[in-house]
Amino acid sequence: MTTSKKLIINSAWCKGCGICVAFCPKGALELKDEKVQRKEDTECVLCGMCELRCPDYAIYIEEKDDEEARNQWVMSY
Amino acid sequence: MVNRGDVKQKDKQMSNLVYKYMRPEHLPHIWCPGCGNGIIMRDVAQAIENLGLSRNNTIIVSGIGCSSRAAGYLDFNTIHTTHGRAIAFATGIKLANPSLEVIVIAGDGDISAIGGNHLIHAARRNIGITVVVMNNNIYGMTGGQYSPTTPKGAFGTTAPYGNLDRPFDIAGLAYGAGASFAARGSAYHVQQTINIIQEGIHHSGFSLIDVASVCPTYYGRKNKSGSAVDMLKWQRDNMIPAEKAAKMEPSELKGKLVLGILHQVQYKEFTYAYDQLIKRLYEEREANE
Ligand SMILES: Cc1ncc(C[n+]2csc(CCOP(=O)(O)OP(=O)(O)O)c2C)c(N)n1
Ligand code: SF4
Ligand code: SF4
Ligand code: SF4
Ligand SMILES: [Mg+2]
Repeated sequence: MTTSKKLIINSAWCKGCGICVAFCPKGALELKDEKVQRKEDTECVLCGMCELRCPDYAIYIEEKDDEEARNQWVMSY
Repeated sequence: MVNRGDVKQKDKQMSNLVYKYMRPEHLPHIWCPGCGNGIIMRDVAQAIENLGLSRNNTIIVSGIGCSSRAAGYLDFNTIHTTHGRAIAFATGIKLANPSLEVIVIAGDGDISAIGGNHLIHAARRNIGITVVVMNNNIYGMTGGQYSPTTPKGAFGTTAPYGNLDRPFDIAGLAYGAGASFAARGSAYHVQQTINIIQEGIHHSGFSLIDVASVCPTYYGRKNKSGSAVDMLKWQRDNMIPAEKAAKMEPSELKGKLVLGILHQVQYKEFTYAYDQLIKRLYEEREANE
């Protein structure tokens, strides 16, 4: 199965703690008005470190087969 | 449990893991910005996912405290009990149905102050439950009173001149009381902590995982430990893997925390031993009839 990855930020859940910013190995994030955002002219390598340490689940890597995984779960439930 | 069909894909601004194991209608959680509890709760969900546990067969039990709110956010069969008594409830649940995976999530005060007696006796009994401690070295929920894990000299609202008592090492306490699995993780060391929690759940006897959390709001402010980021950096720079620590002198380990599985042995799990006893008594009675 091929999956394409994408970084998603859910600003509504971000509390601006700066943890993801501090531990992103690429310096690809910054805070603006107490919300996280992608920093211009930097590269995100989709390593997922931000997702692992975000205490608020506000930043994560989405894989393209998301919908499929979800439906599988709903069916097995 | 929530019918997840109600949460539409377009509203689903969360990872598959969060969607699958948490209650989206209760998110975002009420923990403070940078609180380590959110990281540790995700570790528990990831460990459960990695082990492929069934949601219906998994019970999350908590007491009272900021940390104990995890039972409200995780979507399993959950029970939010009274302060300090999570292990007592968990013991009842495990004895009623030993096939269940029973996981207690507790705070340092909950598990080692008011609930300290339940902890040592469940450890001694080796009942097959897993205890994950979100250890922030303070009473977070009630406003920053010192707890049994507050370091000597550290500050709390009830220790304005510095704490006089030496702290408990909760993993060491559980080990000393007879737990067959005692380990330490941290909010910073995510992958290692997920693995340790997984091992702890997989272990058949009593498992305790003391996870160093961070409470920037009370512990951090009272002790000038800086932001949540600074507190996590402290963990990064001061926690030593168990294998490495084993080769170090006690003096070199002063002020450090050891990370990993600290102690693991196999001996008979309590509900199994109880079951065997019942079988034996039935057999003896039949033989005598
Ligand atoms: C019987 C009883 N005594 C005292 C309290 C008040 N109380 C609520 S939470 C708490 C301590 C919480 O500390 P901890 O277990 O470390 O959890 P944290 O909030 O730090 O996660 C106390 C003393 C209570 N709810 N019930
Ligand atoms: S996925 Fe990795 S590189 Fe991209 S923002 Fe997150 S931590 Fe940084
Ligand atoms: S770690 Fe999460 S809550 Fe904190 S700044 Fe990053 S996205 Fe926001
Ligand atoms: S008071 Fe401390 S432990 Fe409680 S939610 Fe806030 S940061 Fe977390
Ligand atoms: Mg606490």
